[in-house]
This record gives sequence, C-alpha cells and structure tokens, in this order.
Amino acid sequence: MLSERRPILLANARIIDPARDADIEGDVLIAEGVIREAKRGIGAAGVPEGTEIVDCRGKVVAPGLVDMRAYIGEPGAGYRETFVSASQAAAAGGVTTIICQPDTKPVIDNASTVDFVQRRARDTGIVHIHPMAALTKGLKGEEMTDFGLLRAAGAVAFTDGQKSVRNAQVMRRAMTYARDFDELIVHHTEDPDLVGEGVMNEGEFASRLGLMGIPTMAETIMLERDIRLLGMSGGRYHAASLTCSSALDVLRRAKDAGLGITASASINHLTLNEIDIGPYRTFLKLAPPLRAEDDRLALVEAVRSGLIDTIMSDHNPQDVETKRLPFEEAAPGAIGIETMLCAGLRLVHAEQIDLMTLVRAMSTRPAELLGLPGGTLRSGAPADVIVIDTDVPWVLDPTALKSKCQNTPFDEARMQGRVVRTIVAGRTVYEYI
Amino acid sequence: MNIASKSAFVLNQRHLLGIAGLSREQIVGLLDLAGSFVELNRQIEKKLTSLRGRTLMNLFFEASTRTQASFELAGKRLGADVMNMSVSSSSMRKGETLIDTAVTLNAMHPDIIVVRHHSSGAVELLARKVDCAVINAGDGAHEHPTQALLDALTIRRNKGRIEGLTVAICGDILHSRVARSNIILLNTLGARVRVVAPSTLMPPGIERFGVEATRDMREGLAGADIVMMLRLQRERMSGSFVPSVQEYFHYFGLDEKKLAYAKPDALIMHPGPMNRGVEIDSLIADSAQSLIREQVEMGVAARMAVLDALSRTLPNG
Repeated sequence: MLSERRPILLANARIIDPARDADIEGDVLIAEGVIREAKRGIGAAGVPEGTEIVDCRGKVVAPGLVDMRAYIGEPGAGYRETFVSASQAAAAGGVTTIICQPDTKPVIDNASTVDFVQRRARDTGIVHIHPMAALTKGLKGEEMTDFGLLRAAGAVAFTDGQKSVRNAQVMRRAMTYARDFDELIVHHTEDPDLVGEGVMNEGEFASRLGLMGIPTMAETIMLERDIRLLGMSGGRYHAASLTCSSALDVLRRAKDAGLGITASASINHLTLNEIDIGPYRTFLKLAPPLRAEDDRLALVEAVRSGLIDTIMSDHNPQDVETKRLPFEEAAPGAIGIETMLCAGLRLVHAEQIDLMTLVRAMSTRPAELLGLPGGTLRSGAPADVIVIDTDVPWVLDPTALKSKCQNTPFDEARMQGRVVRTIVAGRTVYEYI
Repeated sequence: MNIASKSAFVLNQRHLLGIAGLSREQIVGLLDLAGSFVELNRQIEKKLTSLRGRTLMNLFFEASTRTQASFELAGKRLGADVMNMSVSSSSMRKGETLIDTAVTLNAMHPDIIVVRHHSSGAVELLARKVDCAVINAGDGAHEHPTQALLDALTIRRNKGRIEGLTVAICGDILHSRVARSNIILLNTLGARVRVVAPSTLMPPGIERFGVEATRDMREGLAGADIVMMLRLQRERMSGSFVPSVQEYFHYFGLDEKKLAYAKPDALIMHPGPMNRGVEIDSLIADSAQSLIREQVEMGVAARMAVLDALSRTLPNG
C-alpha cells in the first residue's frame, strides 16, 4: 500500500519547531521514518544517495498536526466516516496523528474495543490514529471504566466524548482514581440541564430566530465545578472545548492556583461566531454552540497567550439525514480535520496569532499533553512532518474534501494557505498538486 | 364583480416567509388590498378570479383548524383549487422527512404552498426545495406573518391608524411567533410597542427589538390603545416557566382591574385560541371592547390579499 521509503530532504524551508522555539531557515532530513536533522545548510551534498530532494523555498516546514478531538465512525457508523476516509482527510489537512473519540457503537469502554480500533486504524489508515477511551461505562456517567487496562490496551486519555458527567460524585471519584494512574481526563463541560432545549448561543440572535438558547454559564458552571473537584483530587484534567470569556476567566484562576488543568478550543469557535448561522444553516449548529464575537476574540487572545493550550478540529461528520432538517432537529457537528490548518492560517494572516503559536497549539502541545512522540522536529523524533504554503489562494469545494460527509462550515470559503505535503513515518501520504 | 382588475398591488417577491424584510410600502399595500377584500367578503357574490386554475396546497405539520380554514376560504374565494394536507394523514407519520415531503409535493406542481411547522426556520428550509411560492403560516417561535397582517388590519380599521398607538403585547413572548411578527410590523408602521411577561417568558435580548419590556402589567398597560393577549402555550413548554395557572392569571392575566390601567377606549385582541381564565378573563374576552371575533374575519381578507399579491409573480401568470 505504501511506497518504498526513501530518505527525504526538505530544502530551503522556513523551519518552525515550537518544541525548541525555533523559527529558522534551513533543511530537514528524514530517513528511515525519523527526523535525522533540522538545521541550516545540510544541503544536497550532505544526504544519502537516492534521497528525494524537495525544494521548499518560500514554504514552511513544521511538525505534523496532532488533532486531539475527531470523531471517526468506526466501529458502528462507517457510513459517516471510516479510518480510511478520516486519515485521508487528515493527511490533506496536515494532521499526522488523529485522536479519535469513544462515542462510537459500541462505545470504546473496554480493552477489546480499544484493541480493535488500534488494529483497524493501523491496517487501514495512512496517519497515526489513537483512541481516547470512555471515562464511564457506556458513557452513562455512572461507573468509571478500567483506566489501567484501557491504557495498557492503547488508550491515550479518558473522556465521555460529547457527553458531560452530570454527577459530581462520579466525576470526583474518576478524577481521584485517574490520578493514581497519572491519566488525563478530558471533559466536555456543558451542564446538560442548563443546556436544556437550547440549540444555539443564548442571546438576541437566537431570540430573533425563534430558537432556544444555551447560556455561556452552562459551560462555565460545569468548568467551575470540575475545577473544585480537581482541587480535591489532584491529577490532570483537560477541558475539551471552551468557547467563552467567562470560562476563560475561571480557567486562568485555576491555572494561577497551580492546578493540573489544560484546555482546548475548537478551530470553529476561533474562526466563526453565532451570526454565521445566518438563515438557520445547520452546518453551523455545534456543541458547544458558536458564541458572540466578543467571546471569539477572547478565545483567540487566549490561544495567543497560551491560556488555551491546544486547538483541535472537533471533526464531526454528519450526513444529509441528520443535517438537512429544521435547525432544532438537526444533529450538531461540523467536519474540520482537513480544514483546521487553513482556517487557523486566517488568524495568522490577520496577525492575531503567529505561526509558531498556531503550530504549537495544533501539534506540539497536544503531543506533550498526551505523551505522544510527535509534535517536534528534534533529531530522532518520528518523521511526521508537513510542508505548508502559507500564501497560496484556493476556494474550498466541499465535494473535493476527503471526508465521507460534507458538513463543512466553510462551504465555498476563500482560503489563503494550506498544507502542500504531508509526511507520516517518513513516507509522503499527501501532496497538493 | 372583479376587484382583481382594479388592484395592481404586487408583492415582488416569490415567498412570504416573514414580516422581517418587508418595507413599509409593502406592508401598507397589503393592508390596503386586504381592506378591499373585507367589503367583498361581506357580499353574497364573493368569488374572484386571480387564482383561477391555480393550485393551493395547505401543508400543516402542526394542527390548526382556524388558520388552515382561513387559508382554504381565502384561496377558494380567489378561484383556486385548494388541497389540505395535515400531518396525521400524510406520510410524515411514517418517518418521511420534511424535505422529502416537500420534494414529493413539488412534483405535483402546486402554485402556492402554505406551510405551518413546529420548528423555527422549517418553512424557509422547505421553500429552498420547491419551485412554487411558499407562505409561512407559522414556523416554531419565529414568524407568523399573516397573523401580524390581520392584527394590523384590525387595529387600523378600529383606530384609524397604527402610527403613534401604544400596543401592549402580553404573555408568553418567549415562545411566540405572533409576538415576533407583530413587533416587527408594528415598529415598521411607527407604533409604540410594549411587551409584558414574567422574566422566564421573555426572550433574551428583547430590549434590542425596539420595544419596552416590563414584568409588570400595570406598567405595561398604562395608557395602552391596544392590549394584545397571547395564549399561555402549555404544550410548547417542556419545563416549568410559571408555577401555576392561578399565579399566572393573578399577575399576568387580563381581568377588569388590569384592563383599567389601559386607556378607557382601549381595545382587546387575541390571536386565538383562548385559554379562558388563564390569560384572559372570560367576560372580558366577550365584551364590547374585544376585537377577537373581528380578527378572525380580518384573517380571511388578509390572507386573500397575500395570495392575490403573490399570484401576480407566479410563473405563467
């Protein structure tokens, strides 16, 4: 399936390696699946015979992206997405490691399902894929899963996916137990009762559309609760998807107090707001919902400052059956693994964050948090590398995306910049022609 | 008698999905046209021909005898062939989606479809998938444009104008499409709009709709020319927004004592159907100050005006 692995020299590039805070002109040499060197002046003379030399003048070379939150439909919903289609979409988006979610059918809450996912992903995918396992059995929010055995089987963290654990006692015990194993708990912070019948951000726009709203406090209150519980138990906790300034304030205080807390923002909440819903466009129906512009700007600033540690795609393929419905009835979710980087480049072009920060948030920090070997161009690191052209203009055609579903919020958007080559374990798995 | 030949009012858009986006001229044009149909409806010879040969389909996903009957009569009086489809007798019960239903009906080439649905935005979604004209007969909590038009017609006929009047809309504003459409229309025509409801039934951000919002009936009705009561929509609530009917009627229901806060010549309106003793006292509903029955009559005329105005932009017309 994969071609023979030749050494690759990515020459004359702007190298961005957040792990070493490096932004330098140079070459990256890849051989036998690892990065040999990333520095100035390796040159064609300094490479083994048969090396493929790629001229990256005017382009950026960075570690491949590690997407901390993507939904893949295997097992149980292969019609929405498979490891094959997800990994192709990932490769086309510069994502070299996908962390998939456990809210599948069956739920990934036991070792044999983790094992199945690992094997199937390894056999059919073209990028690295690791699962998060369920925090509670069946995602019911009642009994915790076998953290130890699931980790041994290959789970990289624990989460109930899009569901929130309503019962504080259950969450407390899970945190306490997870701490013994030094496991990371990832939690979608939305109080289900305050969400209620809500389908979009609460406020004037929802009222005009005649739709029930979800207040930002549904997120902030749940986050506050978890932070207090974390204070009791110790351990490591990651807020799966924060969207509003009140949650950011709470996060800041918790970090200042020295708690083991980190957080993600979805690329959607960084680049879109509630007004983008327009005339009931269901591709913009998300959970948590798109917020007001003030919240979006606060979130971007939080990425810039490092308060938000990681950016993920929140890739959630939904087909026509669940989206071509009245807004209230449609399922939430948007695809995004293929567009995460180029949407993020909008923030770079707008000079709201720099490229180093973007790559750190999408690659280096996720790898660090999950204890995975990628996210860096250090010698000896796995050769999961991307070449980015930050300026090439192109128009997004949803039918050209590699995902099985086309629920993208960026339909026909004009993009500037994209990945032009993706290398996984030293092999080129995607090239933009 | 054929009024159609005299009337040249054209709405210049394919659908009527809401009051939002209509200009003052368009609204006044519709009201004037509707006014002419009121006289017609009181005669024995009621039939006109502007929709002769056309097919009108009533597609009601949410039950409503009065609005559906009103549209049916309106269509027939303009000479249309009218077909009624309500959910209980359609394949929606078998799990067919809204879009599939629309596409199926579209294949039968109706000229106008009138749609009511329980979800906000559903009528707009359907309108994108059909070739014919679509009229919104109420979508979730979003809009009910023909109700707002008939309400405005009723007000204008009894008060002579809308501009400068104080109109108090009272009740479950949060879930009400009638409130939303009326707020937009009355503001466009220069009325002073107040909304009165307990805080749990006020839409977030209501202050930015160009209305005065209050939780107090005395404050809300003070000097009002028109008092518009909304039904407490029990079936639309899945939680507890008000503690009990008794509490609600005591503080927010229209009774003689609260009506006295309004102007002495204030008139009472209600889109129907009424919950007597919940939002409105029974005697008041039937009193001489009540316009509730007249609203129903205006409803047919207003809907005839909308159908007539849209008919002039139908293809092959």
